[in-house]
Amino acid sequence: MLAFLGKRMAMLIATLLVASFAIYGALYLAPGSPIAALTGGRSVPPEVLKQLEDRYHLNDPFLVRYWDWLTSALHGDLGESIPLHEQVSTLIGQRIGVTIQLVMFTAAIIIIVGVGLGIVGALGRGGVDGGVLLVSTVSAALPAFAAAVILQFLFGVVLGWFPVLGTGDGFVDQLRHLTLPALALAATSVALVTRVTRTAVREELDKEHVQTAISRGLPWREVVRRHVLRNAAIPITTVVGITIASLIALAAIVETAFGLNGLGAYLVQAAQNKDFATVQGISLVLVFAFVITNVVIDVAYAILDPRVTLGSRAQ
Amino acid sequence: MSIEILDPVAEVEESAPSRRRLRKLGWVGWVSIAVIVVALLLALFGPLLAPFDPNSSDLSFSNVGPYGSHLLGFDGQGRDVLSRLMVGARTTIFGAAFVAIVSITIGSFLAIVTAWFGGKIDAGVSVGIDVLFAFPGILLAVLAAAVFGPSLFSAALALSLAYSPYVARVLRGAALKERAMTYIAALEVQGFGAWRLCVRHLLPNISSLIVAQGTILFGFAMVDLAAISFLGLGVQTPQADWGVMVSDGKSSLLQGYPLVSISAVLCIVAVVAAVSFLGDRLDASSKDVNR
Repeated sequence: MLAFLGKRMAMLIATLLVASFAIYGALYLAPGSPIAALTGGRSVPPEVLKQLEDRYHLNDPFLVRYWDWLTSALHGDLGESIPLHEQVSTLIGQRIGVTIQLVMFTAAIIIIVGVGLGIVGALGRGGVDGGVLLVSTVSAALPAFAAAVILQFLFGVVLGWFPVLGTGDGFVDQLRHLTLPALALAATSVALVTRVTRTAVREELDKEHVQTAISRGLPWREVVRRHVLRNAAIPITTVVGITIASLIALAAIVETAFGLNGLGAYLVQAAQNKDFATVQGISLVLVFAFVITNVVIDVAYAILDPRVTLGSRAQ
Repeated sequence: MSIEILDPVAEVEESAPSRRRLRKLGWVGWVSIAVIVVALLLALFGPLLAPFDPNSSDLSFSNVGPYGSHLLGFDGQGRDVLSRLMVGARTTIFGAAFVAIVSITIGSFLAIVTAWFGGKIDAGVSVGIDVLFAFPGILLAVLAAAVFGPSLFSAALALSLAYSPYVARVLRGAALKERAMTYIAALEVQGFGAWRLCVRHLLPNISSLIVAQGTILFGFAMVDLAAISFLGLGVQTPQADWGVMVSDGKSSLLQGYPLVSISAVLCIVAVVAAVSFLGDRLDASSKDVNR
């Protein structure tokens, strides 16, 4: 286990280093000079130019600037947003809460509804199962932005049950504001998790050890809980983990659709405004979160299934 | 061994799958094919077929419902919705096709090279693939928009790069299995070069899997491209595109006039559902054939 963790950690650090280099390098190569952004395209006297170049270290070699950026990023300093004249880390701090709430809310919906529906579908044959299949087929075909628009219209405009824009104040109000975004973000993932859960539970039900447990007269609940669900938990955990990791980037779509002041929506704005420091900072945070989540999945997987030795995930 | 190969039953089994595949389609499959054919026709001839100019706007018709020959009414800027849908099919379909073809090409190349040479090349490419996995497709597209400026091309390029490692990983397994087969070894002993073996023998033998993966990726690419255009980082307004129309129609939708956004959403969902249904079918039958 320790060797596994060690190797996984080394991989993690290497991946993050290369990813950070790619993020910094890509935006370094982007056309358009930061001086033009700073001066708004006006011509400025050479001494002001010199001052600006010194202040933002524009004349240092690329590798030196990358190294400075990375080391200060590790200290929580992601540089300054040139158009907004503010620290990127401050800007991120103001917005990361909304994104975390949204992702956690969505993850809860995916786990409760997805796994729940899957189990219900697998255990209850006939009509119940048909209903579950119908729900999962419909929601599988709904990408987040499509679900967002449809939910906004149905529950926001027609029924008026939920607010369609903004973040809200106070815990209950925030939860109300996040309900539709979370549902929109969850739609596709719920379908996937439901399908995998249903198949996994079905497969387990047909296995000999389960038949043996039933014929030994163990209570049905006990059989389901200890013999079916426990073994089915392995593929379910994998798919739940992967879908939750994918939410980190997809959140940008529903945040934009619902006018939420989160990291993803802000990243999109920054990309449109060519605010490179902000794009670099948020990308780094998102990649970091994404990679860490994947490591957590791998570790959880190794704990659940003792047969797994070195991070080879199922499929 | 030779008896098994010459067995006539096995021969029949080999030639049957394409016909069996057709029969197994069922009505959902035929509807899916019909949806895809219509979408392709629109992508090719949409601008010719559109009844009105998709960009001529008349604000006095803002958010007016179906009216006369304007079967789907007007959007917030008084443009004909049906014409915009018909013209918008092009960027959506061709953009997704571009992503599917490029990522399949890069992915197949990587898969075959790693499966063929193994060893250090395999290990090196695998590390590269692991790093690319750290970038979700949407994030790469946002980065590309920041670097190259928002456009359909930068979004499609970013998505192609993001999908390639998935293709490579799926196809590498199949290529490895094929690499280990005796016919490859037999041909190698006869002195055929690696290039010829890969292109003439290995590639055709995993082609059904490649087609299936391509179909599935096409569906993903359509959704992701539409999402990126919805975010304003792909196709730019006022150009007609289904993803752009969803976001263009949003302010009308919030005022209680949903037709623009919802009709674009329905177009995207219909094509994506059709493509993913056929993709799953192709994938299942390619695995049957390979077994």
